[in-house]
Amino acid sequence: MNMQQLARVPPRISVEELRRRACGIRRRSLQMIHRAGFGHPGSDLSCADILAVLYFAVLRLDPADPRHPGRDRFILSKGHSSASYYATLAAAGFFPEQELDSYLQPLSAFNGHPDRNKVPGVEASTGALGHGLPIGVGAALAAKMDGAPWRVFVLTGDGELQEGSNWEAAMAAAHHRLDNLVLIVDRNRLQQGDATERTVRLEPLGEKFRAFGWGVAEVDGHDHGALLSLFERRPLLAGQPSCVIAHTLKGKGVSFMEGRVEWHHGHLSSEQLAQALFELGEAGLD
Amino acid sequence: MTELFDCRGAFAEALLELLTADRGVVVVTNDSVGSSNLAGIRARFPERVINLGIAEQNMIGVGAGLANGGKIPFLCGASCFLTGRALEQIKVDLAYSRSNVKLCGMSAGLAYGPLGATHHSIEDLAWMRVLPGLVVIVPADPAETAQAVRAAAALEGPVYLRLSRMPVPPVHPPDYVFRVGKAARLREGSDLTLIACGTMVSRALAAAELLRAEGLSARVLNMATIQPLDCEAVECAARETGAIVTVEEHSVRGGLGGGVAEIVVSSRPVPMRLLGVPGTFAPTGSAQFLFEHFGLTADGIARAALDLLRTKVTDAGTLHPCR
Repeated sequence: MNMQQLARVPPRISVEELRRRACGIRRRSLQMIHRAGFGHPGSDLSCADILAVLYFAVLRLDPADPRHPGRDRFILSKGHSSASYYATLAAAGFFPEQELDSYLQPLSAFNGHPDRNKVPGVEASTGALGHGLPIGVGAALAAKMDGAPWRVFVLTGDGELQEGSNWEAAMAAAHHRLDNLVLIVDRNRLQQGDATERTVRLEPLGEKFRAFGWGVAEVDGHDHGALLSLFERRPLLAGQPSCVIAHTLKGKGVSFMEGRVEWHHGHLSSEQLAQALFELGEAGLD
Repeated sequence: MTELFDCRGAFAEALLELLTADRGVVVVTNDSVGSSNLAGIRARFPERVINLGIAEQNMIGVGAGLANGGKIPFLCGASCFLTGRALEQIKVDLAYSRSNVKLCGMSAGLAYGPLGATHHSIEDLAWMRVLPGLVVIVPADPAETAQAVRAAAALEGPVYLRLSRMPVPPVHPPDYVFRVGKAARLREGSDLTLIACGTMVSRALAAAELLRAEGLSARVLNMATIQPLDCEAVECAARETGAIVTVEEHSVRGGLGGGVAEIVVSSRPVPMRLLGVPGTFAPTGSAQFLFEHFGLTADGIARAALDLLRTKVTDAGTLHPCR
């Protein structure tokens, strides 16, 4: 197998189409959570746009060969956003869409947190927070050692950055000048129990990463065009890893969930689902 | 006087051979260059030895990422920190993920005796053995160490190699072949079986010699693979010898003795003694001192065996129930 050979390059796609795909991910995630009786809807909606841009415009992957050695690596460190992740992988063609109906069901491959040995396309088994970035550093090091062109993208939550392992990894990434590594922080400013800044303050977050030696950019995490152009001009700082702080709204797209800490995890009633789909349907049309 | 060897020599030689033969093999360490005996390897392959500094949780994740990128990483560090500090990363990133990563826990057991309980590694076998799919190997001498390193590289999946720095004599014949998951029967015997691993194997052999002087025939097994444990060898020992003493440089809770006991109680219950550190933190003292303190000597093992056989007589009514 040729390590240098890149997997499929995504076709060019319009911002309108990315918005439509993100809306589809949101709708499918909420249907899955309603059917399962549990999920992390606020987190799923928060990162749906980031997932859509990565999977439909950036990542070089081959759904027919999910472990292609030359593929880009995407690691979902915030593993609790599994519904939107699975919905994205299904839409990208890694497995049939109807399999999503088994989400959280007994013996389903679709755990509440993704398992790389059960679901095609899942790069790392996550769910315990603070694991994704170290794994991403290792993968980026492997690519560097081989002179391979594939890239590594890691998506963390923001509350998750309270885990010290991230900062061990941040030091290592800068020390090894891993300019093939992109960390995306889903900066929705809420964690399970409260606002991040009322729990353990993260700000000034960009300054922290800059001080660690990273290139840093801040972006509206729901602006598909802005995300895309940022991912295309990486590394943000020559010879260094990139940190994209994506400012997002937890529960984005559903009025009664937006910015509400109680929708970190929970259940969606039939009425709530209908209301959410109605609102998302409208959003998808504009 | 038998010559004694620090198995880290054989470890480094075998690792160097692997690095030479396979471009995918890389070495990762948490600043443990000297204590893991990596200086020579680093001089030869500087670009394939990654020192991640004193950050074990990151190191395990990096290992999983390197394996994801097609490498075969050997992660080297003092076993007390490598296993304990990063236990959840080992569970999730290596065992649950089935990552092709090789953990090399150096200076395990009581080797760092005078440094205190922070540096003793007498819980690692219990922590590692409970993780599904993680192969756990404790070599007993230089030849077995070299073979275990090669076996770990050849095996697809996570492995924990538990290595000592305590000098040990060779315990195997020159034609010995190590097989993952298979105990080596180093001495035949019928009155009881001594099951040991690592540094305790030579001591168990010496204990068997002392027992012979008492007219007792002790079988000795080197149980180098703690997971998967050789159920057949344990069941056979229980059935054919009727009494088992386990000996390990580890807590008596959850390690080799615990694993053997799990098999014995559910297949053929026989009287047992579990020798090791008796569920306490160990005090300060050299490893040799601590071995004597806890009765992990030929004499201590033999005394425990004699005591066990008295129980066996009481319980079973005969000294040789299997004959």
